Amino acid sequence: MTDPLLEAKIPPGPIAGKWDEHKFAVKLVNPANRRKFKIVVVGSGLAGASAAATLGELGYEVTMITFHDSPRRAHSIAAQGGINAAKNYRNDGDSIYRLFYDTVKGGDYRSREANVYRLAQLSVNIIDQCVAQGVPFAREYGGLLDNRSFGGAQVSRTFYARGQTGQQLLLGAYQALMRQVHLGNVRLYPRTEMLDLVVHEGRAVGVVTRDLITGDVTSHAGHAVVLATGGYGNVFYLSTNAKNSNVTAIWRAHRRGALMANPCYTQIHPTCIPASDDFQSKLTLMSESLRNDGRIWVPQRPGDERPADQIPENDRDYFLERRYPAFGNLVPRDVASRAAKREVDAEHGVGPLRNGVYLDFSEPISRLGRDVIEERYGNLFQMYERITGEDPYVVPMRIYPAVHYTMGGLWVDYNLMSTIPGLYVLGEANFSDHGANRLGASALMQGLADGYYVLPATISDYLAPLLGTDPCPTDHQVFADAEAEVGERVRALLSAKGTHSVDHFHRELGKILWEDCGMERSEASLEKALAEIPALREEFHKNVRVLGDGESLNQSLEKAGRVADFLEFGELMCRDALHREESCGGHFRVEHQTEDGEALRDDEHFAYVAAWEYTGDDANPRLHREPLEFEAAHLAQRSYK
Amino acid sequence: MHVTLEVWRQPGPDTAGRFVTYPVDDVSPDMSFLELFDVLNEQLIKAGDEPIAFDHDCREGICGSCSMMINGRAHGPERGTATCQLHMRKFSDGAHITVEPWRAAAFPVIKDLCVDRAAFDRIIEAGGYITAPTGGARDANEILVPKSAADAAMDAAACIGCGACVAACPNGAAQLFTSAKIQHLNLLPQGQPERWERVINMVDEMERWFGSCTNHGECEAACPKDISLDFIALMNRDYVKAQFKQRRLAGQRR
Ligand SMILES: Cc1cc2nc3c(=O)[nH]c(=O)nc-3n(C[C@H](O)[C@H](O)[C@H](O)COP(=O)(O)OP(=O)(O)OC[C@H]3O[C@@H](n4cnc5c(N)ncnc54)[C@H](O)[C@@H]3O)c2cc1C
Ligand code: FES
Repeated sequence: MTDPLLEAKIPPGPIAGKWDEHKFAVKLVNPANRRKFKIVVVGSGLAGASAAATLGELGYEVTMITFHDSPRRAHSIAAQGGINAAKNYRNDGDSIYRLFYDTVKGGDYRSREANVYRLAQLSVNIIDQCVAQGVPFAREYGGLLDNRSFGGAQVSRTFYARGQTGQQLLLGAYQALMRQVHLGNVRLYPRTEMLDLVVHEGRAVGVVTRDLITGDVTSHAGHAVVLATGGYGNVFYLSTNAKNSNVTAIWRAHRRGALMANPCYTQIHPTCIPASDDFQSKLTLMSESLRNDGRIWVPQRPGDERPADQIPENDRDYFLERRYPAFGNLVPRDVASRAAKREVDAEHGVGPLRNGVYLDFSEPISRLGRDVIEERYGNLFQMYERITGEDPYVVPMRIYPAVHYTMGGLWVDYNLMSTIPGLYVLGEANFSDHGANRLGASALMQGLADGYYVLPATISDYLAPLLGTDPCPTDHQVFADAEAEVGERVRALLSAKGTHSVDHFHRELGKILWEDCGMERSEASLEKALAEIPALREEFHKNVRVLGDGESLNQSLEKAGRVADFLEFGELMCRDALHREESCGGHFRVEHQTEDGEALRDDEHFAYVAAWEYTGDDANPRLHREPLEFEAAHLAQRSYK
Repeated sequence: MHVTLEVWRQPGPDTAGRFVTYPVDDVSPDMSFLELFDVLNEQLIKAGDEPIAFDHDCREGICGSCSMMINGRAHGPERGTATCQLHMRKFSDGAHITVEPWRAAAFPVIKDLCVDRAAFDRIIEAGGYITAPTGGARDANEILVPKSAADAAMDAAACIGCGACVAACPNGAAQLFTSAKIQHLNLLPQGQPERWERVINMVDEMERWFGSCTNHGECEAACPKDISLDFIALMNRDYVKAQFKQRRLAGQRR
């Protein structure tokens, strides 16, 4: 039975026609009336920038809020490898159906079919749109677009711009956005952080923000609010995410009534540079595209101390190629990460701390030549050398898994609307398309599908009936109350005057989660985390030291607010992981595995989206379930062998 | 390692700033320059002093947030490297390191090492885009882009908008940034319809905020992405040509 709160609004009919059907069924707002609607967009990453630009083009009045100094700096800028699209330009058997199928399978059958199909359909339009904007994708000599392969697929469907695909796509969206700013359709509020959502009579009516330079707490009202605020990977402290990425926007919306879906689904990326010491502030991703050519191996003998070039071929274990002959080094991320962890745990690790595995390019360099490899991955190799001081053209790279992406997020229906009417959630911030594991090169695709195509087509359905109404004025009591609460939280953080820095608490939280709710989880580890996190949270509020004031730029204060929310969110994440008594995708419960150590799903009991309702600080969250049905892609045990 | 930092501290935009000396012990050569600041800030907090404000986010040399003038050089001693990617192994034990914010009239200091680079956004707003509203695009492979054009456009598009070029320039000029942004689009077939208007609008906007270029070339040396001075030449050529080619002007109607 469907939970009344979780009405997914999936259109009827065969899967291939659902999106067209739906676009015809939704209510529209005519062009002349669009300027009468105000929409507040928070976040200027791929999802937010593309949405704001497109809504501006359509004629809506858009407010864009971001804590960055310029929208162009959003975390999306760091994406390296590429973006998928079912163009079948390689003539290698790709199709919309295959991209859909790969994504559902890659997500370990925990995503909503209709959404994923739509995503695969729109992937094709995204590439067209980006090329029209001038995104300099890699080309072949004849002038046609080039492609590469990514994990979890046997076709070449990934479009890329050197190792800077995210940068180029974001610049495309940012430039379209700035054009709308110039035309007066979008108003930009940089260095402005959203600290609360305002809900009035059951609808989202605006947000409360803090100006990061003056400290002013003010409000922005709209007929609808769009959150495109990215993922929460930094709850682990160390991750590949940009330092400022955080959970606050969606966590605050959750506390105001939006259900949080599948928070335990986090992705650990197999190819990152291993941590080197305690001062480590973040982990650096080496793009998955490297697995196209690089070969992953460890010494066969545990504790082998010889340098890589002195370990002969038959003393090496190419463990992915051995265990997964069909996909080899291109198995999905969750599979590759766990395999690497297994090798390191069994003392096969390499490097000074024995905490990595090799990613070796010597074979492709001798086969293709250094030039080809340099052309493909030059900037990544350079980045690696800067960080480690080692030359990967000569010595194999050392890599180890790190927290990278979060599949969970606010629950949304087919229109991308959360359980709060008028609140839409886009990009990594929602839970929608990747199930329990995201395939490489599909986050960029999803962010842009949501922003360029889905939201602009669905938001009118909500707005049309509101024609003739004004947004709730910001001098209304609901705004005043929310502003007062935000002000109070800021004051409390400043007045704790304890002895430990914000980073200290963040690191402690990260350690708990990485140990107990990371690559492997067990009932015991999760129970332990659920005891430790509330204690740490209490200690934080009593003992955090935030210096400076609230009336000027204060980066410790910004961090403190974010860590306070991570400390609440982390608990929900563990609770979700504890309740999900199965292993699927990035969620690996040690109690549930096959004989050869692969994830063991339980479709009978867990083929659903877990959506959690906030019920108060001292009460347990309430679980709601959206059952998942698979009609087009039939449920099957994943196999990459 | 042990280093001594001389860091510019300035409480706010309208207050006077000064250098403050901070010795830091136990520096590891594997630390990034920003991690050194993390460690220093932890020490300051422990001692009850306000930590140093500095911009950063990706720490991978791509977002363009980090912006430190290190021993008088934008982003420090290593060529083609943003501050966040600079590692302490590039300094010697016992080094004295001066750290200042970007200094340029168009980039006012907000606090300590943070400056306001919004003027860059104004230049983009003036024309740094291709008008291509969502939904109207034809199939991507119908536009053939010669590989050489795509590669050159990408070389320009690699700009991270950090502002090192402006900070390094004795005139506080933004020619390298602006030309990279213009040429990324002007080199591509998709960029042709707006080519002449784009260069005029963006250059004119640039001149409202920034100083004039006198061909010092300091910008190229400071650029963490090795953006070439050639783009400035291409921009200047386009700017001159645009005076003749711009149809709106040619028709004498505004
Ligand atoms: C190193 C790295 C490499 C990657 N490579 C790839 C790849 O090759 N292919 C791929 O498909 N995916 C890749 N990904 C994943 C992908 O980059 C992200 O999932 C995607 O960019 C997220 O986009 P977004 O628009 O949802 O959010 P983000 O880009 O994270 O943007 C969030 C925005 O929200 C704003 N914001 C957040 N909270 C607030 C608040 N409270 N107030 C105001 N503003 C706020 C921020 O300022 C920011 O502008 C990579 C990720 C990483 C970390
Ligand atoms: S922090 Fe992003 S470029 Fe340095």
